[in-house]
Amino acid sequence: MPSPKRIGRIEFGLLSPKEIREMSVRKIIWADTYDDDGFPYPQGLMDLNLGVIDPGLRCKTCDQKASECPGHFGHIELAKPVIHVGYTRLIRKLLRVTCRACGRVLLSPDEIEKVVGTEDDQTGDLLSEKDVKKERICPHCGDQQLKINFEKPTTFSEVMVEDGKKVEHKLTPADIRARMEKIPNEDLIPLGINPDVARPEWTILTVLPVPPVTMRPSIILENGQRSEDDLTHKLVDIIRINQRFKENQDAGAPQLIIEDLWELLQYHVTTYLDNEVAGCPPARHRSGRPLKTLSQRLKGKDGRFRGSLSGKRVNFSSRTVISPDPNLSVSQVGVPRAVANEMTIPVRVTIHNIDELRQVVRNGPLRPDVNAPCGANYVLRPDNRRLRLADGNLDTIADMIEPGYTVERQLRDGDVVLFNRQPSLHRMSIMAHRVKVMEGKTFRLNPAVCPPYNADFDGDEMNMHVPQTEEARAEATILLSVHENILSPRFGGPIIGGIHDHVSGIFMLTHGIRWFTKEEALYLLRYTHVEHMPPPGKEEDGIQYWSNKQVFSMILPDQLNMVFRASSCQNCDTCEKEMCERDAYVRIIDGILEVGTIDKKAIGAFDGQIVNRTIRHYGMRRAADFIDDLTKLSIRAIMFDGFSFGIDDEDLSKTEYGQIDEVLNNVASDVTRRIKIYEDGQLEPMPGRTVEETLEMQIMQVLGKARDLTGQIAGRHLGLGNSAVVMAVSGARGSMLNLTQMAGCIGQQSVRGERIVRGYDDRTLPHFRKGDRGSDAHGFIAHSYKGGLNPTEFFFHAIGGREGLVDTAVRTSQSGYLQRRLINALQDLKVAYDGTVRSTGGRIIQFQYGEDSTDPTKSAFGDPVDVKGIVESIIKEEV
Amino acid sequence: MSTKLDVLKHVMVPDHKIMSEAEVSALLSHYKITTEQLPKIFHDDPAVKTIGANVDDVIRIVRMSHTAGMAEAYRLVIKRPKK
Repeated sequence: MPSPKRIGRIEFGLLSPKEIREMSVRKIIWADTYDDDGFPYPQGLMDLNLGVIDPGLRCKTCDQKASECPGHFGHIELAKPVIHVGYTRLIRKLLRVTCRACGRVLLSPDEIEKVVGTEDDQTGDLLSEKDVKKERICPHCGDQQLKINFEKPTTFSEVMVEDGKKVEHKLTPADIRARMEKIPNEDLIPLGINPDVARPEWTILTVLPVPPVTMRPSIILENGQRSEDDLTHKLVDIIRINQRFKENQDAGAPQLIIEDLWELLQYHVTTYLDNEVAGCPPARHRSGRPLKTLSQRLKGKDGRFRGSLSGKRVNFSSRTVISPDPNLSVSQVGVPRAVANEMTIPVRVTIHNIDELRQVVRNGPLRPDVNAPCGANYVLRPDNRRLRLADGNLDTIADMIEPGYTVERQLRDGDVVLFNRQPSLHRMSIMAHRVKVMEGKTFRLNPAVCPPYNADFDGDEMNMHVPQTEEARAEATILLSVHENILSPRFGGPIIGGIHDHVSGIFMLTHGIRWFTKEEALYLLRYTHVEHMPPPGKEEDGIQYWSNKQVFSMILPDQLNMVFRASSCQNCDTCEKEMCERDAYVRIIDGILEVGTIDKKAIGAFDGQIVNRTIRHYGMRRAADFIDDLTKLSIRAIMFDGFSFGIDDEDLSKTEYGQIDEVLNNVASDVTRRIKIYEDGQLEPMPGRTVEETLEMQIMQVLGKARDLTGQIAGRHLGLGNSAVVMAVSGARGSMLNLTQMAGCIGQQSVRGERIVRGYDDRTLPHFRKGDRGSDAHGFIAHSYKGGLNPTEFFFHAIGGREGLVDTAVRTSQSGYLQRRLINALQDLKVAYDGTVRSTGGRIIQFQYGEDSTDPTKSAFGDPVDVKGIVESIIKEEV
Repeated sequence: MSTKLDVLKHVMVPDHKIMSEAEVSALLSHYKITTEQLPKIFHDDPAVKTIGANVDDVIRIVRMSHTAGMAEAYRLVIKRPKK
């Protein structure tokens, strides 16, 4: 179904002097704006014919008031023609391809045909400067051509040969205009110019349009002074110089002065059109700020296109810093009272809600605390008059309202709002949450929804929007709510799940076997939705105990069956299954966790196997409840034991330090030995590599191995009693490599994947001998972060660190631009009812969405049916 | 032995076939479109040149797909616009 109208053709043309004069309502001759009484000068830049901006005055052209008059153009007659900077390229091309005597294109009809093609088979190519050889003779009149030099921004000159010397002869805009006038219409078509709408001489201005005052309004400062727009300032300059030019011309001033003034006029017109031309000092305001002239109004991020036309601002929105609150549900957002009091929802008064709304109006605009019922800020009468609610008029207005009125009610708990964090890179960057009014000044959110927003709490700010209509609220709840967006269409898995402490907490809770008394179990489950305790797992001395796995099972959906391996699984050759010494084999049968540790793989954002399975079998809402329970249980679990990390957690014992020193000494001598072999010329190069490259690779490999070895030694000492190990094993944060670098050895620093080689002649730093190929001379750091770096090591570390920073900076800017272009290209595509992907014009982009018509969020990691999951839940065994 | 490269034999070049008039009209009525709404392919595309398709022909391309195994696409041959 094609759209009703389609653009068939766009015509680009130039304004001819005749057109400029025709559209002009007034010739402007005075550089002044307003007289002493604040009244515009006739024929001045603020002439009343050009439109009005002062209230009370009427436009002399259309007789309308300030707000209604669209403004009208005027014009300035220039004393002599000047070049329009925007067309210098075109002027240069035309000067170079046409004859200086007869104005014809410097090519014979045959030569033109070779480029452009014949009448009925046009290749679409246009004549360019390259098609004309330099300084040839005109094929039409036989005139010798001269080389045309172009100097930025607007100077053209001919190069003549006089007495064997090259002499540059400047072309004035008037000369150029005369040459342009000579070019016949039929010669313009192969150049890509339609002479009906763009004669080349129109690129040289003889008359300048003066834009209406409505697009360059003057503003009145607080001290009563008038401040003119940048464009007006520039026009004043142009008129002044133009006036002086005319006077000098009439008085018969010497050629030199005329030329100077002509150049000055050219400068002012150039900067009026574009104040950022190369080779031209920008015109400045008295304060030193460069003026924002015509082209600057359009260009760039804050220009008319990106800033005003595709960029929009909205009402009913707010923005503040975010902070975490694990006691909120993932679908809630904590809204500060100050924000909730300011933002409103219009509610139409009906016979059904009139009593309730009367009470809301009586509550007034000030809500004393978060638990108080919401009030209202405005009441709209049926005639759309807006009544502001204030302390004095609450009762009067409350009694006044009747069906047909609209009350603008403040936000209250349970309202639907849209929550957003920039950059909005995917659809989960805007989700609908339920309001929870809170004290404080920040938006509060459950840390489990950080991953979709990519938010953290180091000062991030987020925006909130309040939908104003029933339709908007319905759309927000049905399509944008958090629980509708747990699955990411990017990879078809859950993007919301436990992070950081949730993972550490649930790992510590479920690892191995532990027993809790009733008090302890209830402490852990306090904020979850669990209503019934299962029978105790064991009873000793009359005390009932519940196992840690039982406690976790209480928040699992009943009847859930799944078997998988946790993040801590080492992928052993033969899986010990239930007997796994790391407790990494997870089996959940009938909603009971039988064995295994719950960690990132089970509940983490991006992985979340349990979350995923819950969604498939029990729906989004159950999964959202599970995540809510999970965040509460895990936070309580981590608080039950306490969790901290200090500098002494990186300490090892004497034996380990001895072993690490030994490893490092061995590797140092190994490197020296290899260098010795190389220096003796005994080193066998690897295929396709030079001897030097082979040596470098060997050294890198040996040093890398040494670093890993120190890590293993450190790992032997640091067990699950160490918080960093818990975080690394559970997948909450960090890795064993980070721990290796803290406790063992930082290892080789690299730039572009190679050892550090830059610096002085044949050495990285003056601390080393020239030609030293040893490990410490090229950025191997033998110390740990805990042990401390020596000065050269520290320097190499800074080099390696800088490379990482530069990489991320470059990557984000490049991928950001790529994303912008992709989205601009794809934004209007949609899947039609017949399964095709089509553009707005009805053009088919893809004959079947994704070629298999499958929604990634509804498929099981690419497969249409999750066979494994279904079989698992029926036979209750691993498949 | 000819040294000329047959692009169609290359592993990464999918199968291109010119569609008959009947097939094209069936295709157009199935999707309720005009030829203008089909995806395009230039007349000087190496595969198009090899199968000898002309401007305004419709080509069926059967290619491997990550998601569907085999996927069909249809393209209208058009003249390459110059610059």
